[in-house]
Amino acid sequence: MNATLERIAVPTLALLASAVLFGLLLAFYAHVDPLEAFALMYQGAFGTWFSWQNTLTRAAPLILTALCTALPARLGLVIIGNEGALVVGGVAAAAAGIAVSGAPPLVVQTAMAIAAMVMGGLWIAFAGALRQFRGVNETISSLLLTYIAIALMNHFVEGPLRDPSSLNKPSTWPIGDANMIGTIPGMDVHWGLVFGILACLLCYLFQRFTTWGFAMEVIGGNPKTARMMGLDVSRYVLLACAAGGAAAGLAGMVEVAAIHGRANASLAVGYGYSGILVSFLARHHPAAIVPVSILLGGIGASGGLLQRRLDLPDAAVVVLQGIIFVAILASETLYGRLLKPKAAT
Amino acid sequence: MIDKFNIGRRGLLGGAAAGAMTLGLGGTANAQKPLVLGFIYVGPRDDYGYNQAHAEAAAVLKKMAGVKVVEEEKVPETVAVEKSMESMINLDGATLIFPTSFGYFDPHMLKEAAKFPKIEFRHCGGLWAQGKHPMNTGSYFGYIDEAQYLSGIVAGSVSKSGKLGFIAAKPIPQVLRNINAFTLGAQSVNPKITTQVIFTGDWSLPVKEAEATNSMIAQGVDVVTCHVDSPKVVVETAERAGIFTCGYHCNQAKLAPKGYLTGAEWNWERVYVDMVESMKAGKAPGNFVRGGLKEGYVRTSAYGPAVPAAAKEKADAAKTAILNGSLAIYKGALKDNKGNTVIPAGTSYVITEPKLEGMNYLVEGVVGSTS
Amino acid sequence: MASDLGLWSVPLAMIAGAIRVSTPFIFVSVGECLTERSGRINLGLEGTMVMGAMSGYGAALISGSPWLGVLVAALVGLMFGALHAVICQLPKVNDVATGIGLMLFGTGLAFFLGKPLIQPKAPNLGAIDLGWWSSIPQVRQALQVNYLFVIGIVLAFGMAWALKNTRWGLIVRLAGESVDAALAIGASVARTRLIATSIGGAFAGVGGAFLSLYYPGSWSEGLSSGQGLMAVALVIFARWDPIRCLWASLLFGAAGAISPALQSVGVTQGYYLFSAAPYVLTLALMIATCSPERSLKGAPGELGAVK
Repeated sequence: MNATLERIAVPTLALLASAVLFGLLLAFYAHVDPLEAFALMYQGAFGTWFSWQNTLTRAAPLILTALCTALPARLGLVIIGNEGALVVGGVAAAAAGIAVSGAPPLVVQTAMAIAAMVMGGLWIAFAGALRQFRGVNETISSLLLTYIAIALMNHFVEGPLRDPSSLNKPSTWPIGDANMIGTIPGMDVHWGLVFGILACLLCYLFQRFTTWGFAMEVIGGNPKTARMMGLDVSRYVLLACAAGGAAAGLAGMVEVAAIHGRANASLAVGYGYSGILVSFLARHHPAAIVPVSILLGGIGASGGLLQRRLDLPDAAVVVLQGIIFVAILASETLYGRLLKPKAAT
Repeated sequence: MIDKFNIGRRGLLGGAAAGAMTLGLGGTANAQKPLVLGFIYVGPRDDYGYNQAHAEAAAVLKKMAGVKVVEEEKVPETVAVEKSMESMINLDGATLIFPTSFGYFDPHMLKEAAKFPKIEFRHCGGLWAQGKHPMNTGSYFGYIDEAQYLSGIVAGSVSKSGKLGFIAAKPIPQVLRNINAFTLGAQSVNPKITTQVIFTGDWSLPVKEAEATNSMIAQGVDVVTCHVDSPKVVVETAERAGIFTCGYHCNQAKLAPKGYLTGAEWNWERVYVDMVESMKAGKAPGNFVRGGLKEGYVRTSAYGPAVPAAAKEKADAAKTAILNGSLAIYKGALKDNKGNTVIPAGTSYVITEPKLEGMNYLVEGVVGSTS
Repeated sequence: MASDLGLWSVPLAMIAGAIRVSTPFIFVSVGECLTERSGRINLGLEGTMVMGAMSGYGAALISGSPWLGVLVAALVGLMFGALHAVICQLPKVNDVATGIGLMLFGTGLAFFLGKPLIQPKAPNLGAIDLGWWSSIPQVRQALQVNYLFVIGIVLAFGMAWALKNTRWGLIVRLAGESVDAALAIGASVARTRLIATSIGGAFAGVGGAFLSLYYPGSWSEGLSSGQGLMAVALVIFARWDPIRCLWASLLFGAAGAISPALQSVGVTQGYYLFSAAPYVLTLALMIATCSPERSLKGAPGELGAVK
């Protein structure tokens, strides 16, 4: 079997297997007709133009937060602090937006984006620096930093930055309607989607065609060889962490500038954690992040319909996501063995 | 156990078929189109608390003729709720939407209201204002602090240590009103009483809520109540430690047969049935709907076995006074717990006073801070 | 009724908090410690723990016996651990990613199957009253100790001893340090890891049962706010030593009690920042105690995520 065909066949098999497993659960535990459920899911995720837009809107933040895990992963780091970078980025964006709110919208928006990316970048680069210079494991430090980021956000949003008129939903002052970035012309999807796709494209080109990208691959393959070659590993680690954090920070800025118009606790709704999943499923490959995010967004978009039409709990969709993830990850073992009968499952 | 799940599902199966038909045939099949209502909850529908109070009322609506209810739970206060509303409108044909969490109001519901001017949106807890917000939106809420005041009277009468406890999520006006009303109620029977407040920081953190309850018990608090999404943990922890509790959102007497005194409960059924009736009559539901004990939007749980007759008498008397308008909960001179006068002497606020919806202080006798 | 201990009640509350809150951390981290020592990482214990909480609660409800609930939780945890081990044994499968996938699957499945368990009330595990000698109610309350807490401590020491002194412990460590060395003495790496990962899962299941059957003591979807994930992270903090896992868990539990304890004695400003205390403290301790040279001391050589 040739490689391209395999690359399509293996995930398809995994998806089919997940569908069967999930269908069994629906049929025998929830007593719901699985075919009806799948038809509804298709309807809710991709069945109409509205559904597509719903899916893409949900995919947008995941594309950006996934990069936060994916970029450092090329160097062999496991960063799971995506949520924290998004949160600090969002708060920084709101603070910057409020600070310069009198300026022309484009200036305000640029300031917000820069503030968010710098803050998010520093946040993850801190985890990278701790690893390089203090030997602190980056997985745990980035997770701890997430909890700290959320606490800081709550403190600022309900304390120093609070708009007193945001009564029962404590929030910062608004950045102003004129400074919102709005939606992509012709669709009801915000600009975060474009930012995400562009960022993935940039990362892909960078990794593929630049010396730095090549150097990172060498480090990821074998740090000792890289050091012997004279590569400054720490510099690349910091760079990758900063870039990943900046992407997640930008996701926070988009939440503020395209959706909420202010920073509040709704920044921390789990996009960062979903981003980790996306990155691992995409095997940390920037080009694969986009379709995986869309798949995940689609499942999210269809979840509502399952609840409303079949009275399934929200958790049904989480179960499906879990099954799909495990199946796709497990199916990686099939690569190169699909034709051998013993591998057939 | 599994039965509950099945009944719910069967109840909707018919609805699902009808929905699929509407979808396929563009709604032409049925001359008598049912009124489709969309309910959106921020947490699980069966949380023994805030969301359950709404879901119980929605379950009542399901039994009304010509009404179909679609529900979505655990929808975060982000673009997800916008998409849920759109999906209910586009795919289910919902014409009246109830987003029940406070954070859904601005900007999410307002955005959707502008997008769908023919759909009615009624939000729980928001502050709708004529001229400021579109006419196809509105808000409803209950003055549950009236019920909290009555809980406070009972708690104040029962407490031996003179220390009450209040576990709260965040220092927002709706929460502060409840803490203050509870305290003022208690002080009306025992002026020296204090209420200890612990903020957990979020609406659903069971371990922290249990910890907060325990640290209060360690400080000698002997009656606790709370304002979190699900009071279950607080009530059960208190019962286990042998102290008393006042419930919130729903009736939690079952969880604490010995120590449950009374509680402040929502009665959303009253609000929703009215709104649905006016929709069926071809009128838009009210835009600014508020009510307390008198309107039946809120109520108190039946007294538990530990409540002495004298306490019942005092609480019942206060209830009568609230119902006939002779008792104002918030009246001057009222000081906050930093010593500032927040309501001058001689001023008395009726419960509908808009200033109360922006409350940002804790009254004297409350141990705690709003930031 | 209560004695006025003033600010002394804060450290007392922290000890009490450590005793009450740390048990799930102890079980999950000691279990994960064993798994990681065998050269396998299981990030999905959060999901296993939540499944344990749900199934334990359900079993206790149906049978009326909370201890049967604990047993069922352990079995469910065992199955989840075994599932993880079996999937990860397939060639080319990444164990970190699979763990994250199983975390999602476990939590989702627990919420899905646990819907009918939210309303009913299951019997709780009792506590041992170790504070009978004291007349101070705060002390008596702090010393309400659950059996699982004691079992957790015993397990941590037992695990440390077994890893060091038994043949089986040696095989586990060999499988984690060097596959070649393990093969050389004729041990099956796959079987060792399967057993170690399954036992780790069973521990996590029991940790979950503690949450639903003792403290806070009921089943709900918000029951775990990331305790399982944090406990896995604590293993790295504790440098793969079961006894240090125990200390780390106790420290983490104690730090979590700071915020409510301070508020209850009237220190009420900035409670969000106090709530972050456990995380800040852990991070600060790591920064202080790690150094580039000895950061990997104790790390199993075959562990992929920490190369």
